Order: sequence, then structure tokens, then C-alpha cells
Amino acid sequence: MIEQMTTHQTKKEGYTALVIGVSAGGLAALELFLPQLPKLFSLAIIVLQHRGQNSVKSIEDNDEDFLVDYFKARCTMPVLEATMGDKIKTGHIYIAPVQYHLLIEQQQTFSFSLEPPVNYARPSIDVLFESASHCYKNQLIGLILTGASSDGSQGLKMIKLNGGLTIVQEPSTAEASFMPTAAIASHKVDYILPLKDISTFLINFTLKDQGDD
Amino acid sequence: MSEKLTEESLLITKGRFSNVVNKIELEDFEINLLLQAVLFRYGYDFHHYARASITRRINNCMRKTGLSNISEMIAKILHDVDFFELFLKEMSVTVTEMFRDPEVFNTLRQQVFTQLKTYSRVNIWHAGCATGEEVYSVAIMLKEEGLLSRCQIYATDFNNHSLTIAEKAIYPAEKMAEFTHNYILSGGKASFADYYQAKHQHAKMHSSLKEHITFANHNLMKDQSFAKMHLIICRNVLIYFDQVLQNQVLKVFQQSLLHRGYLLLGDKESLDFSDQSKNFLCIAKKQKIYQKINYD
Repeated sequence: MIEQMTTHQTKKEGYTALVIGVSAGGLAALELFLPQLPKLFSLAIIVLQHRGQNSVKSIEDNDEDFLVDYFKARCTMPVLEATMGDKIKTGHIYIAPVQYHLLIEQQQTFSFSLEPPVNYARPSIDVLFESASHCYKNQLIGLILTGASSDGSQGLKMIKLNGGLTIVQEPSTAEASFMPTAAIASHKVDYILPLKDISTFLINFTLKDQGDD
Repeated sequence: MSEKLTEESLLITKGRFSNVVNKIELEDFEINLLLQAVLFRYGYDFHHYARASITRRINNCMRKTGLSNISEMIAKILHDVDFFELFLKEMSVTVTEMFRDPEVFNTLRQQVFTQLKTYSRVNIWHAGCATGEEVYSVAIMLKEEGLLSRCQIYATDFNNHSLTIAEKAIYPAEKMAEFTHNYILSGGKASFADYYQAKHQHAKMHSSLKEHITFANHNLMKDQSFAKMHLIICRNVLIYFDQVLQNQVLKVFQQSLLHRGYLLLGDKESLDFSDQSKNFLCIAKKQKIYQKINYD
């Protein structure tokens, strides 16, 4: 059986994308973590932060999404809003806009949907993670950070089932521990890490991952 | 990175059947068969829908109808027309409200309607009108601008169930507070309560709004242009299509529009990556209003 599973595997190409789900307490958590990543980070990063419709408007009043502006000013990696049909590129950070579910298509492009909220959320982390897992399969890393919702648990489990890697913030280091706790309860998570260690872990892990080839 | 595919995600057969099939691959295979069955039996081609979101809706439909796998659904689709009606209803997303994104309506009123006033007859196509909330929003604004009497609005959708609701023009009374709020934000000039009559739990839109609206079934997946338009409204429809179908639909819109005609898209939609970008001028970037600039 092990043999069969091994023969089934395609050529190992390493991880190409990281999806992050975060809710209450997210801005502070992301700020501790995203700016640490180097300019030439080898993964595409897609960030879904739950937030209200009113928290969107940029202070600059330039019609840009607040979160996009906020992290553009702080990150060395390029930060963009996820847009329909956009080809997802490694080394970029994409932010999910509000109001619409964000999905990833087989061609590694974004799509949107106005289907009803899932887990009271739209965009929903489960919806993003499930579609991302469908697309990237074993080349995907899923990360759940602080939050007061159970959104993301099912999606993270799906990532694991499809051969991806799952990471959850150590709940005691989270501003809201409910979401990481729920994620840990959903399946055997690969790594549970304190917030301050996540960026270093990812940098070392992706370097090692590339070196493995 | 040891074993990358876990056992739970594989369907492993022993003995002389040596294929190991990933559950994702199996689902993709079944969905391809399902889409072929729908096309063969009813002529609806969903192959160019954005795959990730239609996969979600197919799975939701499967769970709602108590089926245990997609193959069972294929049999139902092929042999049970009533089931197909239900399936079709599940495939379209009908979340809508009146004056959704009020600033879009405000801009439409100020930048587009003022131009439409220069025509003696105005044709408007609302493509993918779903349950009609936006059509009535537009009709209200046209009325306030003194335009409605010279307008012909074609409101189309491929979902007959939605069209029936749209034609009835009856909405839950509890929604009226939210609609009123949107109406005010969109620059409404009168009192929103003047446009409907509330009775029990329901609110019925005034029939005078309906006089200039024709509801009809039109399928953007295959149907063509049917009249020359001054304005086409198609919001949150293209998001469900892949690039091929988006281009096909936008071409139909381009062919349907008169020179200098207007196109209004949804918040997350744009002509940026489409074949049609050269044929349109963006006149309101944030509100997604475009104007046709070339002759055919």
C-alpha cells in the first residue's frame, strides 16, 4: 500500500503557496509576522482576515483596501488585493477583499462568489482553504492564527487530507484562542507554534524544502 | 515532506485493481461527467463556469437533496426533469438586495442617467437580474429622473424560478428597512415607502414600476444579442464564469450596445483582462461603469 501511494506521487516540487486564515486579533498577529518575511520568499501568500465592511476604507482615501495599504507600507514582499482572474505568483502577498467568498481555481487564479456566508463569514476561511487545497494539493501550507470563530477548521483538515502541511498558532499565544483551538481539534496538525516563531519557522522550512530537491 | 498524500484522501483498491485514485481526482471526474450530462440532456453548458465555485454549489446541492455522491446526481439529472429544475436553481447564486452598493447607484444616476436624458427612447438590459431587486432599484431611479416613461427595460435570467419571483415583485417586509437605508445612501429623491405597499409580512412593489420592464428567460451561456441597448447592467454574474465565457458574454454586450452605450459591472468584475478592454472606456473605476467607444 505504501508502495502504491509512493508511485502515485508526482515529482516532488516543494510547496508553492501558503494560505492564512485569521479573525479577531488578526491585525496585530499579521503585523508581527508578515513584515518578517524576506522579499524573495518562495511561496505565494494568500491572507484571509475576517473583518467588517466598514473597516475597509483606506486612510489615504485612495480607494485602496485598508489592509492592503497597511501591509504594503510594512512588508518587503509585494502586497496586492486578490482580484478576479489574477494569476497567483510566488513571492507575493494577496489580501482577500471583504463581502465576497474568495476561491482559487485550478489555473491558480482567483475567483469570487456571493454565496451565503459559511460559518457566519464571507469571505470564509473554509471556502478559501478547500478550493486552495483542491488546486495546490500537496504543495500547499495552511496556517490558522488567532480568532473567535471555528471557521477554517474544516478547510485546514482538507489541506492535510490532500497531502498539504498544516500549522496552527499555539492558542496560548493568540489574542483569541477559539479558532486555533478548534483547528487543533479538527485533525492531527503538523506544527503548533508560538506566534513569534512562525516567520522563522517558515523561512527555514521553505529553504530546506527547496534544498531537498 | 515524507508521505504527502494521506490514506484518508485515497481510494485504494487491492488485488487486480491496482489504481490508486485521489478523492479530488474522482470528484473532478464525476463533475466532468455531470456537466456533460447536463449539456447533453438540457443544453445548458456549465463547462465554462469558474470551476471552484460550481464545485461548491454542486456539492451543496448534493447534500441538500440527500444524495451520497455526484454519480447518483448524474442519474437524477438524466431521468428526472423536476430534479434538474432544482439543480438549475441551486447553480445560480441569487443573493441580491435593492440599491446594493448605494454609491454605484448614485454614480449611475449622476453620470449615466444624465446622458440617457438626451435620447427619446432608451433601452436597458439587466442581464442576470435574479429575483429582481436591482431592476426595481433602477426603475425607481429612472422614475425619479423623469426617464422611466421612455425606457424599455429587459430583465433577463436563466433561472425561471428567480424570474417568477422578480415578476411578482413581492419581497419580505423585513427587508424594507435595509432597502430604505440603501435607497437614501444612493441619493433617492423621494420616500422609499412611496414605491411599495406593505401587507402582513410582505411588501409589493408598485405596478407602475413594472410597466416598462419585460422579464424574459435569456441564457448568457448560449443566447445572443436581441436588441440595441443604451445601457447594460450585469453585476456579479461574470464572477461565476471562466475567462472564455466572460469574453464570450462581453462580446455579446459589446454587440448589443449602441455607440457610446454604457456597461455596468459588479464590484469585483472588470474589463482589464478581457478581449473587450480596447472597445470600452472606463468612466468610473471604482463603480465599474464603462462606455463603448468603437463602432462594430
